[in-house]
Amino acid sequence: MAREIYSKYPLIKYLRKEALPTALCPGCGGGTVLNAFANAVDQLKIDPRDIVVVGGIGCSAWIASPYFLADTLHTTHGRAIAFATGVKVGLPDKKVVVISGDGDLASIGGNHLIHAARRNVDIKVILVNNFIYGMTGGQVAPTTPFGAKTTTTPYRNIENSLNISETVAAAGASYVARWTTAHVYQLIESIKKALTIKGFSLVEVISQCPVQFGRRNQMKEPAEMLRWFLKNSVPVSKAKNMSEEELRDKFVIGEFVNRERPEFVTELNKLVDEVQEHFGLKGE
Amino acid sequence: MIIRGDEPEQVRLIKKLYRPGNYFMQGNEAVAYGAIFAGCRFYAGYPITPSSEIAETMARELPKLGGYYLQMEDEIGSIAAMIGASWTGLKAMTATAGPGFSLMQENIGYAIMTETPVVIVDVQRSGPSTGQATKGAQGDFFQARWGTHGDHSIVAVSPTSGQDAFWEMIRAFNIAEKLRTPVVVLFDGILAHTRELVRIPDIEEVEIAYRKLPENEAEARLPFGDPHGDGVPPMPLFGHGYFTHVTGSTHKENGLRDVYTPEVHDRLVRRLQRKIEQNRKVYEKYEEHFTDDAEILVVSWGVTARPALGAVLRAREEGIKAGLFVPKTVHPFPGERMRELGKRVRAILVPEMNLGQMIIEVERYINDDVLLKGVNKIGGVPLTVEEILREIRGVA
Repeated sequence: MAREIYSKYPLIKYLRKEALPTALCPGCGGGTVLNAFANAVDQLKIDPRDIVVVGGIGCSAWIASPYFLADTLHTTHGRAIAFATGVKVGLPDKKVVVISGDGDLASIGGNHLIHAARRNVDIKVILVNNFIYGMTGGQVAPTTPFGAKTTTTPYRNIENSLNISETVAAAGASYVARWTTAHVYQLIESIKKALTIKGFSLVEVISQCPVQFGRRNQMKEPAEMLRWFLKNSVPVSKAKNMSEEELRDKFVIGEFVNRERPEFVTELNKLVDEVQEHFGLKGE
Repeated sequence: MIIRGDEPEQVRLIKKLYRPGNYFMQGNEAVAYGAIFAGCRFYAGYPITPSSEIAETMARELPKLGGYYLQMEDEIGSIAAMIGASWTGLKAMTATAGPGFSLMQENIGYAIMTETPVVIVDVQRSGPSTGQATKGAQGDFFQARWGTHGDHSIVAVSPTSGQDAFWEMIRAFNIAEKLRTPVVVLFDGILAHTRELVRIPDIEEVEIAYRKLPENEAEARLPFGDPHGDGVPPMPLFGHGYFTHVTGSTHKENGLRDVYTPEVHDRLVRRLQRKIEQNRKVYEKYEEHFTDDAEILVVSWGVTARPALGAVLRAREEGIKAGLFVPKTVHPFPGERMRELGKRVRAILVPEMNLGQMIIEVERYINDDVLLKGVNKIGGVPLTVEEILREIRGVA
């Protein structure tokens, strides 16, 4: 049955068929993210041979690795961006994309996230934020909303959540945008921009996890979660004029930054050129 | 990008930059030049005493050769970046010391599981924990062997001088490339900061190995297979359109994850183990002095092998039949040779700057009738010739 559905999927050529069907739970937002990414690649006519996708550990790391048919590097927990940095230095002309979750990239991997943004390495990060540790059984994450219930906050979460997009924008990324899985077309456009812009690009996708998060927070149906996203999303332009009180429990969506900054691997190669020039080492 | 180190352009650059001859340099600098001659063109690291001069030398020299120096945000990021770079074809290394080496352990396991050739230099310092940051030690013998989790084999080499470090770095890279595996170089804070004479050879004198690449599409589709029967799969590099999938999870020969089938895990992990064990001739190396007629054998490694040699020479002057055995590749341990030597002597002394680590390996290969004694010193000060000689006299 599943194979029949996949065979009708117009972008099946971008998927590793032998790895299907996916291991994602029914109703997971991961499928939407994979679909949006495949659409962005298709619309930009990027040859998947020119893409390397890196993921860490957790549900969201599986979205592209193994399912997207490109060179894929599935790494240790939290380290995807650091691995991707090495790949980008070796293959400066390829699109190096990191697709992973909030726990992986912003918690254990938070340091690499901030510093790759600071260096402005030309890596495209699609960070799937579902507010929870899904694969390990629904424990609290640094993105879990204040007051929410998880398996390790059975009474309520007493920690403030991390605003990933704002953090990465402040750290110096070239491009930062945030959408939810209920904003598919905007999401595809942002992924396309991220893939086109030279520099560190983050697309944060607020995504539903009905099984681990929704079930414990009165939203066990995927559609309920999507409605929750739609009802509480505020465009970034509008949010500018809203108070902190008004923005509590809201999802600010849209583009946070889109700017040109010196890119790390370009600068690294420029430096190599300058040094070789300076020491008279250029090939004769 | 593929850099072998013996490409005409690289040979030209090295010849232009480094004139063969004798130089007065630090052990750490010798490590860096050895790596450069071996073809290393990617360094990712995080500064830590007493290894930092390796990073500083690489930061200065690599751009001249078209190579890359990256200072990462921490040690975990450093080893991660170099594994990523290695999959693009660059020869990559990092250098660190005890605490940083501890942080790298998870990704050393990743490099073993994904068969990624990389070189990790651990400039050992006193521990546990921060210990004596600026002092040398030999306390990471077993951390190199068993620091990461799970069943695995590992190759670790340990140089005994600055000159030796230069050549051992080349050997470490060649082993990593030939066996598609991480190689650990156990250096130490004393040799790292000792300045001594190091001869830089002509690049033509250096044998440079490079990883096996897939010969055809079929080989490229099995990045974790064993088409040549030597346990070493050809490595399909990223960016060549092979759609290679690499994961630290248990995987099949085609790279796809399968963590449920016991046979898949068994087959993979046993091959990784066998790959190292059956290719012993690629990496096994030891030095011997006066072992032919020795009655007392000193077994030592790394920095301590030098005062050990001094003590053996002095003992010989005194008419004591002492000999010295120095494993240069410390993991896998040269057990066969150790067993042969153990049969011929009546006492074995194992001097090392720890409370007894390599002695545990030595003990596995000798009989009960041989007197086995450790000569151990900690505190960051090397063992002296006199201290080892005293122990030799004690068992003579």
